[in-house]
Amino acid sequence: MSLALTPEETRLLAGDQGEGMALAMRIITETARLMGAARLVPVVSAHIDGALYHGDSGTLFAEHLVRLGAKLAIPTTLNVGALDLACGAKTRLPPHQHDMAYRMMRAYEAMGCAPTWTCAPYQAGHRPALGSDVAWGESNAVAFCNSVLGARTNRYGDFLDICCAMTARAPYYGLHIPENRRAVFALDCSGLSPALRNSDVFWPVIGTLFGQRAGTDIGVVIGLEGCATEDRLKAFGAAAASAGAVGLFHILGATPEAPDLATVTGGESIPVVPVNAAMLNAARAGLSTTGETAIDAVAIGSPHCSAEELLELDRLIAGRRLARPFYACTGRHAVAELEAAGRRRALEAAGVTLVADTCVVVTPILDGVKGVLMTNSGKFAHYAPGNTGYAVQYGAMAECVESAVSGRLVREERLWS
Amino acid sequence: MTFPALNPLLPGEASGPVLQLSAPLSFWGGVDPASGRIIQVRHPECGRTIGGAILCLPATIGSSSSSAVLLELIRLGIAPAALVMGTPDAILMIGCLVAREMGWASPPAFALDPAGQARLPDAARIDPRGHVSPLS
Repeated sequence: MSLALTPEETRLLAGDQGEGMALAMRIITETARLMGAARLVPVVSAHIDGALYHGDSGTLFAEHLVRLGAKLAIPTTLNVGALDLACGAKTRLPPHQHDMAYRMMRAYEAMGCAPTWTCAPYQAGHRPALGSDVAWGESNAVAFCNSVLGARTNRYGDFLDICCAMTARAPYYGLHIPENRRAVFALDCSGLSPALRNSDVFWPVIGTLFGQRAGTDIGVVIGLEGCATEDRLKAFGAAAASAGAVGLFHILGATPEAPDLATVTGGESIPVVPVNAAMLNAARAGLSTTGETAIDAVAIGSPHCSAEELLELDRLIAGRRLARPFYACTGRHAVAELEAAGRRRALEAAGVTLVADTCVVVTPILDGVKGVLMTNSGKFAHYAPGNTGYAVQYGAMAECVESAVSGRLVREERLWS
Repeated sequence: MTFPALNPLLPGEASGPVLQLSAPLSFWGGVDPASGRIIQVRHPECGRTIGGAILCLPATIGSSSSSAVLLELIRLGIAPAALVMGTPDAILMIGCLVAREMGWASPPAFALDPAGQARLPDAARIDPRGHVSPLS
């Protein structure tokens, strides 16, 4: 299939609007050809995952764009960077890396990106309309944007995201096309206990199971009607997108493109897999990598905690003092709400380290001690062992708090039996 | 012995040992950008190094930052010699496209289904048209 460009797109590619724009168009059109797109599609917003430091290459590319005069054509938010510029949590990046990470963050701000620095931009006011085409990066943000907001984006990799923000265009393929958004398999949770389905700790586990089953396929979960909250959908999507290549999921009766089975499948008959306790327990066991019950640190907030989750943490701590380092990763938008609620000081006094603009799994913040990290995040559980060297124990937020108070693993098994 | 032909996505020549991944991998969180070592503890090939290898990926999963990790491997000269993907993956290929814009030598990319990947020799030379010959 050959790629057809509009006369305006052809002019942009030829450099009419400068070399920065031409570079962005080269990367977009080349990607479009590789993915078999017949044309480009206008996009109305972007979310940039490319501003996290992984080495000097990303900084050099961002500064190259700035030098070429890169400017953005659409509203654009930023995912996390490698430094906490809002709350001042200390990173242990060596001086050169620290400097390059900082330059990278400033380069993206210089291009005109909003300094949201969060992996939950959808809770920081960036909520594109149902059915609109956008270009988002970061796997959880993509999953939430497609699934919960019903806006349309592919999983835009680092660097393509900023090119889309500059040109207001993206290759038209994949999840931009309505027919490609239908579910081709279902997981049925209706056999599970209502108490389990209504608990926060269930959602990263079913998300992990879903991601393992899905790979790149699109599925629908049935039997969760009335159980979904926004933070649960956020946790589900992050876990699913870590375990699989999930850019879009449907929860029957909860996400906007799944009002009923006929709509979400396009009327096709699809395989339905009943979820039982054994499958769920296997997925849950896979989220922990150790049997060790001494807990050395706790981290929550992947995706970034909402203000509601921070206030829930405050309620669960209930004025006690935590005996282990406890990191709550969040965005500056939620920190502002926490401050407005008058609870930031109490949370920090209890021993919680607020980490904003970044998180403990993408940049070195945790102590060098390679011990056991407890988390309520399916995504942290997936990535922490490789990125931090810590082994992980997975549990509910309440269990994370009790474990941090006592220094030993506290976990309620009854819910899962 | 005939080997399956690869479909060139980003054409180029490559030779090296063939490293077959037996499970999908996210480069971000799965590969150390400073060394090219696989660090995802749940991955069957954890501990192997992908630099210089003809890397066969049945599928890619996970992070959209995988392009950034590949770009860094390319800049450091420790990227795979070639990418052989079960299905074309935009995220990884963007790492190659950006490298080209920055003037850094980037590996070619080919498409080949997982069954075909399994039939590649232990070490191979691939020409720009995707023809494979064994490397002795």
